[in-house]
Amino acid sequence: MKARPLFERAILQRALIDAFRKLDPRQQVRNPVMFVVLVGAVLTTLIIVRDAFSGRSADAGFNVQIALWLWFTVLFANFAEAMAEGRGKAQAEALRKTRTQMTARRLSNGREERVAASELSRGDLVVCEAGDAIPGDGEVVEGIASVDESAITGESAPVIRESGGDRSAVTGGTRVLSDRIIVRITSEQGSTFLDRMIALVEGARRQKTPNEIALTILLAGLTIIFLLAVVTLRAFAAYSEAESGLTETTATVPVLIALLVCLIPTTIGGLLSAIGISGMDRMIQRNVLATSGRAVEAAGDVDVLLLDKTGTITLGNRMASSFIPAPRISDARLADAAQLSSLADETPEGRSIVVLAKEKFGIRGRELSEAQAQFIPFTAQTRMSGVELHGYDHVPARSIRKGAADAVRKHVESAGGQFPNAISAAVEEIARRGSTPLVVSEGREVLGVIELKDIVKGGIRERFGQLRAMGIRTIMITGDNPLTAAAIAAEAGVDDFMAQATPEDKLRRIREEQASGHLVAMTGDGTNDAPALAQSDVGVAMNTGTQAAREAGNMVDLDSDPTKLIEVVEIGKQLLMTRGALTTFSIANDVAKYFAIIPALFAAVYAPSPGEIGPLAALNIMGLSSPQSAILSATIFNALVIVALIPLALRGVSYKPMSASAVLQRNLLIYGVGGLIAPFIGIKLIDLLVSLLGWA
Amino acid sequence: MTGYDILQIALYLGLLIICTPLLGGYMARVFRGERTPLSFVLRPVENGLYRLLGVDSKAEQNWRDYALALLLFSLAGFGFLFLLQLVQGSLPFNLAGAANVEPFLAFNTATSFVTNTNWQAYAGETTLSILTQMIGLTVQNFVSAATGIAVLLALTRGLIGRSGKALGNFWVDLTRATLYVLLPLSLILAILLIGQGVVQNFSAPVTGAALSGETQIIPQGAAASQIAIKQLGTNGGGYFNANSAHPYENPTPFSGFLQMFSILLIPAALTYTYGSMVGSKSQGWAIFAAMFILFAAGLVLMLAAEYAPNPAGGGILSLEGKEVRFGMTNSVLWGAATTAASNGSVNAMHSSFSPAAGAVAMLNMMLGEVIFGGVGAGLYGMLIFVILTVFIAGLMVGRSPEYLGKKIESGEITMAILAILLPSAAILLFTALGVIAEAGLRGRASAGPHGFSEILYAFTSGAANNGSAFAGLNANTPFYNLLIGIAMWVGRFGVILPVLAIAGSMAGKRVAPASAGTFPTDSPLFILLLIAVILIVGALTFFPALSLGPIVEHLLALSGRTF
Repeated sequence: MKARPLFERAILQRALIDAFRKLDPRQQVRNPVMFVVLVGAVLTTLIIVRDAFSGRSADAGFNVQIALWLWFTVLFANFAEAMAEGRGKAQAEALRKTRTQMTARRLSNGREERVAASELSRGDLVVCEAGDAIPGDGEVVEGIASVDESAITGESAPVIRESGGDRSAVTGGTRVLSDRIIVRITSEQGSTFLDRMIALVEGARRQKTPNEIALTILLAGLTIIFLLAVVTLRAFAAYSEAESGLTETTATVPVLIALLVCLIPTTIGGLLSAIGISGMDRMIQRNVLATSGRAVEAAGDVDVLLLDKTGTITLGNRMASSFIPAPRISDARLADAAQLSSLADETPEGRSIVVLAKEKFGIRGRELSEAQAQFIPFTAQTRMSGVELHGYDHVPARSIRKGAADAVRKHVESAGGQFPNAISAAVEEIARRGSTPLVVSEGREVLGVIELKDIVKGGIRERFGQLRAMGIRTIMITGDNPLTAAAIAAEAGVDDFMAQATPEDKLRRIREEQASGHLVAMTGDGTNDAPALAQSDVGVAMNTGTQAAREAGNMVDLDSDPTKLIEVVEIGKQLLMTRGALTTFSIANDVAKYFAIIPALFAAVYAPSPGEIGPLAALNIMGLSSPQSAILSATIFNALVIVALIPLALRGVSYKPMSASAVLQRNLLIYGVGGLIAPFIGIKLIDLLVSLLGWA
Repeated sequence: MTGYDILQIALYLGLLIICTPLLGGYMARVFRGERTPLSFVLRPVENGLYRLLGVDSKAEQNWRDYALALLLFSLAGFGFLFLLQLVQGSLPFNLAGAANVEPFLAFNTATSFVTNTNWQAYAGETTLSILTQMIGLTVQNFVSAATGIAVLLALTRGLIGRSGKALGNFWVDLTRATLYVLLPLSLILAILLIGQGVVQNFSAPVTGAALSGETQIIPQGAAASQIAIKQLGTNGGGYFNANSAHPYENPTPFSGFLQMFSILLIPAALTYTYGSMVGSKSQGWAIFAAMFILFAAGLVLMLAAEYAPNPAGGGILSLEGKEVRFGMTNSVLWGAATTAASNGSVNAMHSSFSPAAGAVAMLNMMLGEVIFGGVGAGLYGMLIFVILTVFIAGLMVGRSPEYLGKKIESGEITMAILAILLPSAAILLFTALGVIAEAGLRGRASAGPHGFSEILYAFTSGAANNGSAFAGLNANTPFYNLLIGIAMWVGRFGVILPVLAIAGSMAGKRVAPASAGTFPTDSPLFILLLIAVILIVGALTFFPALSLGPIVEHLLALSGRTF
């Protein structure tokens, strides 16, 4: 799925309408800061109405403008939330679309009936044949089929889904391409991953995450402090005005409300919800479905990554890299035998042997008919594969095997042959390098060893280096022996590794890390990964994995790409950073607003004689044109800055992997120092415009 | 300013830095229950006290038990002191013949000494008997200071503790702080002060003939012992009404220096104790640095304001109300120290400071008395700001905020906000009441912004548990005695209870080991950030009030108008 443009027409229109719909006080009260603004806007409006009826018109034009901008402030914040919501929903809707008008073939008492997919409930059995869409998340209980999952993964190659084993899970909305399977529905409609995800991007239904709650409390606390400062200011103003012999107050209720709204952290308050929703949205864009906002937040805190070697650190498969012949055996003979034994081997390892033989010795691929040869497939018992060439004419029969060293040793020794010491040494040497040795024999003679090398992914070393700089440790998990594991770990630059790891080992390791205070993230797909996935702080289940694994984790990666874990962590960090940056910006903004409003409010206090400018005008360091213009400009700036920062809230602050100190320094400079300076410039510019247009 | 002024300031600050690790290290050993050079004398006394009081010194308390013990102890102290004043007239050691104290004043004074504020709406030499001063006030001088240290210790243990039940034991902390720290230091200081000529006797007032020919009544009493703890325990309540401007309290430049130094000594040293107890001295030094920078900046501003020729005063230094015996610099340095630490003793009248210097003095208190602050109280107040800073800025590094490896969550934030909100609310709301109520306005000695400052200063001093007076305001009225009394309660326990709650909730949390991804809380950048958060939160809350008080007065003074 591609990242959608920031402002899409349809979403924009919808968000504009929703901004008004969200004025509902029941929704507003979820956000204390914006609720105060709403109350302020209502109060100011009521005062205007009262003044209109009582015929007072001194400040009518000014008050109307203040009221308007207060309403705008609320609407802008609503709009931000609606935009984030719209984008998230659109993303999720695209995933869901496939499922809406689906019918299912439900099996009841052995008979098939057609029902709407939405009527299915957990435990129902449905039949899916070639061409059918799978009506809901479930597990294959019978049959095998190829399934097109491109609708949710974007990957066009079909995948195999079969009953039993690790590949039994199917996702609603995907399509069966061949064969027939029976699926047991495992989730209630409405509580599938997708539905849960959609709930996470809906402002009204969304549960706030722990850190978001703490931040909301902080913002509410600041709001109360400023409420106190502004309410008591009314008394202070009354005293000072009486002492200066003034009869009329400039600290009218609309002006004080404007001051209050400018001071309370509306910028972060208005964008907080949008930031949270956008974090979810960025997860969906990367085809990761999270079951809770908490999980996304935890991703930012993760400091230990458990990474499966295969697929994450190395390319999925090992590649043949060299032939090491036994004493008195030529390279070419070894290569020839190795190639023959691999001709029918469709595994990537097998293919790579054929390719290497061709590259090094020019041995071409050969067609061997069934009559000429019989291929011995690999089995878990023999742990060897090979070929039996039937003798004909003058060509003698040949029996070639390749496999693990101990298996081949047993094979040759049982035939009366000997396993040369040189080969044993070579096998050990190869293992030490982190490669896999594959011994080739013909008859009772050992021909040599093929070195299968694990290919470490390009750029992965640098990536781990970045993670280390961010304070995240990487631990490689592999079933390889310690020797092999150590070599690959060194090559890939991981911090630690677990060799010959069983699922139990993984679980134990996670518990140990957590006991010493770490937060652990991992990926997993098999049923035996489920306990570890459930134990980890962030467990990303592969979409190809079993239902058990998907239920145990708190995220599902639709692309089944284990490397995604790193991106998940980055999204989590970016979410928290955006929150922190805008909070800092919001609070830093207040300094300038005081310098705009206080001198304006008390311009006449303690003036040498009535009508003259008082001493506090000296605080008007921005040189704003008039008291009313100053107050209005600060209010306008306060409203517009929300709009200006919507793109930042939706996209998140730019993220580079750096150490915490470096990140702090950078963000502090941009959002802290920037937040101090920006409003001085912004308010001054708006003041110029306001006085130019004659608004105040 | 002369070279001597600068030399004295350098000496003062230098000595503070040198003594911080010395005393701080000693206190860390004391509070961890380790052996100290004084243990051979004091350990038996300590254990005897526990046996006498039936305290199990090994029993650890959770935050509720700790808070309950602390509250009961403070309430008992308040009750005793309140009653003592009501009946002092008929008790012994009433050599000057002081009458029973009226209830509003007794409430205010008892509150004042129990909350470590030492706001004095009375004149010590005429209102209180020697008995009340000694077994009432001086005792509270010791234990209210020790209570502050105890709260800090509980918070420290909470921040490093692995279990919610291990905050220590209030009775043990109280005993150790008094026995090992406050008593020995007070003893040394009292002897030094007596050597300089501070009175310490049980005599009735002496009557003598003044140079002008009138008869003068010269009060006597056990001043040195009370003054020692008044400075060391950041109490500040003077034995005499003129406080440290009185020659019997502060006779020589050396006694002045000793007392000024004692004001900041323990609060500064506690930063080192803290660093030592959390296992990272740099954490303690970082907080010390933030305090030191704020203090030095305030001092420089005040000096600049006082040494700048005042147009309203004809361009000469305004020495009215200053400590003229020891010079302007000593008045300003004392003023800075006494308002930064919640001490409140004065050797110059703060009302006589130039408006700008007065604003700094007020801001020192408004920031929550965290610039060294009261013993214990300053540091736990500062740690509230540390938590707030970590929360706001910590998010910017992309992790949920943590301090010393422990996550800061909604519980801690709620309490931190309360601890900042409650004293601020008391200052703002009561000042608002003071400037509109007739009973409040009547107490003013001046009109206009200066009158406003008098009222603002009084409530600030009360809520911040500072206790210094701006002078001018007649605060001994039921209105002020009651409201300032309430402000002192709110300022003290409105912070202590949230702090203990934070200690309790932090105690059980798991500790994430530090890594490159951890938000550093001992770097220069963090120190800067902490200072910025303190200034912005404090300034944003009080800027409107300050602008209608000292700021506008300063601007008016520039144009030659005074009030």
